[in-house]
Amino acid sequence: MIEQLYEQQDALVDVKNMSVTFGSQNILRNINLSIPPGQTLVLLGESGCGKTVLMKSIIGLVKPTIGEVYFDDRNINQLSDRRLSLLRLRFGFVFQNAALFDSMTIGQNVAFPLRQHGRFTSGQIREMVLARLSEVGLPDSVVFKKPAELSGGMRKRVGLARALIMNPELIMYDEPTTGLDPIMSDVINELIIRTRRRNPVTSIVVTHDMNTAKKVADRVVMLMPAHRLQPNESQMIFDGSVPELTACRDRRVQQFINGEAGERLMELRGQRSGV
Amino acid sequence: MLASAASVTAPEILCNRKRFSCGGTDWSITIISAGGHTCWLLRAFLRSVQNIVSSTPGNIEFEEPSPWFVTWVSAWGRVVIDTIIALGDFSLFCFRMMVWLFTRLPKKETLWPNFHQVGVSSLPVVALTGTFIGMVLAVQSYFQFRQIGLETRLGGVINMSLVRELGPVLAATMLAGRVGSSMAAELGTMRVTEQIDALSAMGANPIRYLVVPRFLACLFLIPALTVMADFMGVAGGHFYSVDIIGIDVHHYWHNSAKFVTNFDLFVGLFKSVFFGAAIAMISCYQGFNCTAGAEGVGRASTAAFVYSFVAILALDLFLGIALDSIYFTYYPEGASLL
Repeated sequence: MIEQLYEQQDALVDVKNMSVTFGSQNILRNINLSIPPGQTLVLLGESGCGKTVLMKSIIGLVKPTIGEVYFDDRNINQLSDRRLSLLRLRFGFVFQNAALFDSMTIGQNVAFPLRQHGRFTSGQIREMVLARLSEVGLPDSVVFKKPAELSGGMRKRVGLARALIMNPELIMYDEPTTGLDPIMSDVINELIIRTRRRNPVTSIVVTHDMNTAKKVADRVVMLMPAHRLQPNESQMIFDGSVPELTACRDRRVQQFINGEAGERLMELRGQRSGV
Repeated sequence: MLASAASVTAPEILCNRKRFSCGGTDWSITIISAGGHTCWLLRAFLRSVQNIVSSTPGNIEFEEPSPWFVTWVSAWGRVVIDTIIALGDFSLFCFRMMVWLFTRLPKKETLWPNFHQVGVSSLPVVALTGTFIGMVLAVQSYFQFRQIGLETRLGGVINMSLVRELGPVLAATMLAGRVGSSMAAELGTMRVTEQIDALSAMGANPIRYLVVPRFLACLFLIPALTVMADFMGVAGGHFYSVDIIGIDVHHYWHNSAKFVTNFDLFVGLFKSVFFGAAIAMISCYQGFNCTAGAEGVGRASTAAFVYSFVAILALDLFLGIALDSIYFTYYPEGASLL
């Protein structure tokens, strides 16, 4: 029923026949993906399969070599610098290593989007920053610290607070739980779910973590590196819900879910004998 | 298009190869083999183009083994094409910076730290180098001038070379070394740690936010630094010539006033503006196009200094020629002094 509801609405993000190539390396090949508003999409796949590149091309940080990306029926790649800047206010991006500006304090970091665009008084800004920080479970005392003084998990939460401060319509998480302990990973998962519950945002989560995928996903898409596939095969080897994912018979999907090396071990042996 | 060109040339090359292997002194064979070589050169060129445009799917595969000269030509072709691409990319970068410069100025809070970094922090080192170069000039030219009994002309020589050449060039070199490479390293680290992407993602244009303030700081403050270098150099030259060597003060300054004109001062300051612009653009470009890792950041900051320095000297030459011709056009009597 949920799927039918999604289908009725226009897609918020629409990726059409997109390919991305860096130098001679084909990262993404003929990707077609449409994401309806309100959906939480989890992009799974091994390292180097192009998950982050796909997400960065949706926000216009990576230009597709071929194909188009539409956000709210507007072609991202044909917008001028200024229009794109304005459109990006509707996005929130949580970077893999938080990407906090290390010349600024935590407070300045979180307030950055507000100062950049909003016409808020400094009192309002302070209130909003503190509210966002407490939402992600950080005390007021971190406001005056520099990013280097915080732990990895805290930095990620600051990154999340910064991405949320403009109330974006689309939030993208780039490996939100990578490098965190299991408890902190679960805290981040809860934050992702809570954010969606509080306001009806669309989310794209790039992860390797099956727990995150199972916990937060409405829909799971699994990508495979282009060089491991036949020339005509689609790079999206799975597209469906979490129960469908666990029931999927595809050997590559099962291998990923269960974390089995399988024939990759053979590759390893082959390399060793080659040496 | 590439595919069709390759398919046409392939049989011809095979044909020419056979004839060429027969040897002989017949000119027609030489001409045909030259044709074959041209095809090979064309092929080498196509290959280097292919290497660069291989981003498009449907690449052509070149399977024949290539002789050494093809590899050689293709390597050079690659260097040329890479340089052209880099220059084009740099021009686009400058163009985008100009667009932001003339449409929306950056905010004050991004300007002041850069002005401080370029102006205030660089002042001591520029002043120090200026003093020393003034004294070095006095040391080096004194004995030459004394042999022909023209010690008092030292003032003219030292001050003229300082104001026209050494002041601006030294200030610019110090700025490139101190500020340029640190800009490249800072922006490079921001690129590597995705902070530049984060700026874009939050709707702040990185060129407007990071490049324009640095450009303005270099552009506006390098003349001030040049004045400082000039002044300290003049003072250093005076100190060594008058207080240590013992040249007569009156004649030292009389000769200085006779030779150094306002136009010379203008030449120095005018050139310095171009140096500042070049330093800012080259350093920011290197930082923005930094490759990943500590090595990439190191390479970006080295390249920023090296390219800035080359650009300073090249600009110095061409601006010198241009300004001289302007001077002699408007003041023909100036030429008679020589």
